[in-house]
Amino acid sequence: MRDEPIDPCARIVVIGAGQAGFTACAKLRDLGHQGPITLIGEEAHPPYQRPPLSKGYLLGEITEDRLYFRPPSFYEERSIDLRLSSMASAIDRDRKVVALADGATVPYDRLILTTGARPRTLPAQIGGDLDGVFCVRNLADINAMAEHFRQDQRVLIVGGGYIGLEAAAVSAKLGLKVTVIEAAPRILQRVACPETAAYFRDLHDRKGVTLLEGAALETLQGEEGHVRSARLADGSVIPVDFVIAGVGVVPNVELAQAAGLSIDNGIAVDENCRTSDPQIYAAGDCASFPWRSGRIRLESVGNAIEQAEAVAWSLTGAPSRYDAKPWFWSDQYEVKLQIAGLSAGYDTVTTRPGAAGGVSYWYYRGEELLAVDAMNDPRVYMVAKRLIEAGRSPSAVIVGDPATDLKALLQ
Amino acid sequence: MPRISIVAKDGTVFEIQAESRTSVMENAVRNSVPGIEAECGGACACATCHVYVDDAWQEKVGPPGPMEADMLDFAYDVRPNSRLSCQIRIADALDGLVVHVPERQS
Repeated sequence: MRDEPIDPCARIVVIGAGQAGFTACAKLRDLGHQGPITLIGEEAHPPYQRPPLSKGYLLGEITEDRLYFRPPSFYEERSIDLRLSSMASAIDRDRKVVALADGATVPYDRLILTTGARPRTLPAQIGGDLDGVFCVRNLADINAMAEHFRQDQRVLIVGGGYIGLEAAAVSAKLGLKVTVIEAAPRILQRVACPETAAYFRDLHDRKGVTLLEGAALETLQGEEGHVRSARLADGSVIPVDFVIAGVGVVPNVELAQAAGLSIDNGIAVDENCRTSDPQIYAAGDCASFPWRSGRIRLESVGNAIEQAEAVAWSLTGAPSRYDAKPWFWSDQYEVKLQIAGLSAGYDTVTTRPGAAGGVSYWYYRGEELLAVDAMNDPRVYMVAKRLIEAGRSPSAVIVGDPATDLKALLQ
Repeated sequence: MPRISIVAKDGTVFEIQAESRTSVMENAVRNSVPGIEAECGGACACATCHVYVDDAWQEKVGPPGPMEADMLDFAYDVRPNSRLSCQIRIADALDGLVVHVPERQS
């Protein structure tokens, strides 16, 4: 599909300076857009990578400036008007103007919403507002919790998803006493099969992490405003020095909603990343897009980059149909998990033992290969990604046979 | 600070003063060298920062690690001097390093 290219001098405003917002701006300039580009970001830092926050940055291996996508000078060199510590408060679609919280207004010809998602927080009535209760989302969150990462501190991690487990891995590595609680019957319930969950349960177990499944948090109790213990639904009490909540994110749709755009588990966009207003696009964690017979939202770097690039291509008149190629990764201790595809709707899982302790789990719906979780088995990940993107499904029997040559599957 | 050269596919040479302990990928990205996508930001998870190490430097840079080699195995136009640039750490011994960006990433 080919969109009508916009005037190369059109004014483009991007709200949200995360991965998608940054990529959209950089790509627009790469593709030759000459008009003004304004990037509005709430945080004080220039756009930065988020995945290392829960890994290398928390471990102290990466300094803050190494997280930046580009040095601050980049924005001036590329004539990108980067407005930091700046919050968009309203979109006037009739006048095509974005209002900022400080009273300024920014007119646009095309608007791109890359507002991202924010962490779900623990409710105040169960102690979620006590000091010492943190989320893992942005630099400020991590900087706030950094001083607690000292040996023998007791950390409670609420939520056994990938963010919670990565935080557990970093904590254990730094010598903290770690407890993870997951309200569901098992960790990774929503995102992975029982086999992958068992793999990571075992890994954390060997690293000395206490992992409690089917363990619902009832309340956090504090002393002088600081969290001191957690009471679980079964009545047990866990003493803690601090708490990390990893209980998912919610898309930031309020601005779009107030402007009357269609919302459906995120800002609803079409296959060109266009919202219900053709002058406004959305990309990244905040956007929900058509997928198979429904609509999904992906919280991933890969999706943020690809959607933002699709928007930039679309605005400059190139073929722009966004074709999701979901992939994710997680680092925990010495294990690298790489995921290709989306496992939702699977009915069987096939195990493929890998070399050197690696293993992979292949998700099928009937005969159709949906997704693969590869643990310390990058060759499997690379093959699986290509197979899934090409819509090819080798039989479960063939992939489960360790003697099968992976490369041959691609021919 | 070690000085490195990254040769883009159109032949443009990016000469960069690289801080020790950063990766070649980080330096490429921060200097907007085209053709280094580095989607995963240096986690050895995506294989989109593939480079060819100049022949004269191959020995000093050394071979890829096992994980990296497995990822590289599926990169586009992989050669004996292929590396993932996120896995090459800058050190004084690499002062003068030259790497080349491939035609495209996988």
